[in-house]
Amino acid sequence: MSTVQQEPLVTMRGIEKVFVGVRANAEVDFDLDRGEVHTLLGENGAGKSTLMNILSGLYTPDSGSIAVKGLPQAFRSPRDAIRAGIGMVHQHFMLVPTLSVWENVALGLEGNSILMDKDLIVKRIRDIQDRYGIHVDPMTPVWQISIGEQQRVAIIKALYRNAEILILDEPTSVLTPQEARALFETIRQITAERHGVVFISHKLDEVMDISDRITVLRKGRKVATLPVAEVTKESLAEMMVGRKVVFQVGKTLQNPGRVALEARDLVVRGDRGRTRVDHFSLDVRQKELLGLAGVSGNGQEELCDALAGIRKIEAGSIKVDGYELAGRPIREFQKRGVSYIPADRMGTGLVRGMNLRENIALRKYWRKEFTRFRFFIHWENIAGRTGQLVERFGVVHPGLGYPARMLSGGNLQKLMLARELTDDPKVVIAVQPTWGLDVSATLFVRETLLEQRDKGAGVLLVSDDLEEILSLSDRIAVIHNGRLMGLVEDPDSVTEEQLGLMMAGTCLEEFRPHSAEAPFAPGKVV
Amino acid sequence: MEVLIPILAAAVRSGTPILYATLGEILTERSGVQNLGLEGLMLMGAFMGFSVTHATGNPWLGVVAAFVKGAAISLVHAFLSVSIGANQVVSGLAVAMFGTGASALLGRKMVGLTVTGFGKIPVPVLSGIPVIGPVFFDHDPLVYISYGLAFFLYWFIFHTRPGLNLRAVGESPIVVDAMGLSAARLRYVYTLVGGGLAAVGGSYLSLAYTKMWSEGMSAGRGWIAVALVIFALWNPVRAILGSYLFGGVGAMQLRIQAAGTSFPAPILMMMPYIFTILVLLVISVKKGKGILLGSPGALGVPYSREERT
Repeated sequence: MSTVQQEPLVTMRGIEKVFVGVRANAEVDFDLDRGEVHTLLGENGAGKSTLMNILSGLYTPDSGSIAVKGLPQAFRSPRDAIRAGIGMVHQHFMLVPTLSVWENVALGLEGNSILMDKDLIVKRIRDIQDRYGIHVDPMTPVWQISIGEQQRVAIIKALYRNAEILILDEPTSVLTPQEARALFETIRQITAERHGVVFISHKLDEVMDISDRITVLRKGRKVATLPVAEVTKESLAEMMVGRKVVFQVGKTLQNPGRVALEARDLVVRGDRGRTRVDHFSLDVRQKELLGLAGVSGNGQEELCDALAGIRKIEAGSIKVDGYELAGRPIREFQKRGVSYIPADRMGTGLVRGMNLRENIALRKYWRKEFTRFRFFIHWENIAGRTGQLVERFGVVHPGLGYPARMLSGGNLQKLMLARELTDDPKVVIAVQPTWGLDVSATLFVRETLLEQRDKGAGVLLVSDDLEEILSLSDRIAVIHNGRLMGLVEDPDSVTEEQLGLMMAGTCLEEFRPHSAEAPFAPGKVV
Repeated sequence: MEVLIPILAAAVRSGTPILYATLGEILTERSGVQNLGLEGLMLMGAFMGFSVTHATGNPWLGVVAAFVKGAAISLVHAFLSVSIGANQVVSGLAVAMFGTGASALLGRKMVGLTVTGFGKIPVPVLSGIPVIGPVFFDHDPLVYISYGLAFFLYWFIFHTRPGLNLRAVGESPIVVDAMGLSAARLRYVYTLVGGGLAAVGGSYLSLAYTKMWSEGMSAGRGWIAVALVIFALWNPVRAILGSYLFGGVGAMQLRIQAAGTSFPAPILMMMPYIFTILVLLVISVKKGKGILLGSPGALGVPYSREERT
């Protein structure tokens, strides 16, 4: 990039922000030039989003200065930042689901008239769509469009307001590889118009692919800012974590045994009554880790809720070790050895306000060894067990009597694993188990899951992180729109591209016509 | 048909106070705030409207005073639920109880007095239309204003820029905030306006419906309006239908009593309330979880910008 001798788009100096005792940003400097993609890299909680929320006016910094196009700015609200030409595409897009695409774009536009010129707005949206090759129907309500399309709406919203500085917060975490590539095309088009893009991510491959410069944050502080030519994946990871990182988990080969979990023709409805799982069949065998890949929101969570017994099924059968469990109470699922690590640790998984002992007891309080006279809870025994578990799983905690919400994300997940993985479960269902965890906690979770597999459990791992699926799974199933798109017997035989296509709704058979080894046909072929 | 016309006209009259309160609550709830204090606001409005009219002789001043009073009481509710993030159900119930008690206390001196209030002004031409004329166009001005208000609010909510902001803040306040509008300010405005409208509904009772003040004269209409908001699926035009339906049940009940049947009067008087429960039951069963789709997503949930969880 020939960005010599010109005013940077953004200059941030000495940014400080403290949230109740936590220094989210400490003395952070950041620049953005015209026509560049500048990546902010760091683990969860490193302060990337805080820094960009400050730049977009959502948070006010405790100290530090911001200049946009050379002019010093003190944003008091997002409106000031938008006026200065800053457009932020948040991780959760910030769209109103019940409004249509054009209404979302029109929301908050400045103007004096109380009437909106709908035709003009729609026309301008179409112009932007043509110019950047991003298409979404402006009339559709946002809740009806896919996550990838919602992201496009968020980008259009920023471009509509003539944003010259576009901030993308973890934009690829919800996309298939193909969608991510299309997004990168859009980003290149935007920078070609001499706009600047701030790209927030923790995925090293794509960071190396899209960035011109990279700034690494760790624990709220800036580690370094370097041009992409001067870094490698390894050096970035080391800066991010603060020590050398081993990416691989040791995975031994195992011979799978009998079928541990058998699901046939499952139909499950979502919270709003729509069918989310559509005649889905799956086998998980003992000593096997089956990876279920899919873009989040394609029915994975409903499927797993059903398999764990906490969501009603409309039709189909669930067998654990040959016992039919469909329609049986949750406790029977638990007694048969089904363990569940749900996606929302702090909702379905653990109770925020309950202490560690109580959270551990939740699943087993009814057992003989935890009760007196089969009625009173035996807190001494539970405390003893909790102490052992917490030590074994290395949960760092302020005390067993403290509420779970005092634990960090990684420690919460360890507590969750401690509760679910004792007593050698037969089936382990883990949904997004490493989501939001730092590198060391991620490794711990992955190793623990593999350890369960080696001990004989059938493990079902649901993740939208393809790298995770590919590195851990013995077999891979792909779900799209509640249907099985195919079952890959050998993870080495499939590329991320092919998985991506399946995640977007292509059946395995459509591009590999000779894979007859799949034990059953994937869903209904469209 | 001839028999029905007076009943239908009475349905409109007795539904009008409910309509004002329902429209007000639709605005408030669309912004994401729930105000269960309608009953208290209506009573305060009835009292305020009556006493100002009695003192000045001008019922329009009474209506304006009722609106201001309703908005002022709602300011407390807005402060508690928007700025402090308090529990809106508790705060709303407090408003209901306060309004009921305060109006009873303050209104003691007004018992037994009467005002001229609003009289019938038939709309020229329109009131001549058979059936529709006597049912809809032979009333007092507050009734006509309520028609216009319902259609205006429908247009406002679904077709204007501030209406878009209103729908958005009730659905996802964080989005509104990120777009540079103040979620708190919007919620304050609509809580105040909504409370004011509920009080205007109350003033209709004392200025047009009975032209006198009596303790507890809203007789549960505020609670019916809370239920009607759900029946109307937060849509002002549907609120018209709902209000007249309930007004009609109330008017019928009076007529049956007056006709002198052996049917026990207390049971007749229960009819509007029983009807409320039935209607809620029926639409809950019919719409199922679809009701959640109509309900503003952030209804009753306080919002604060820099809160970290």
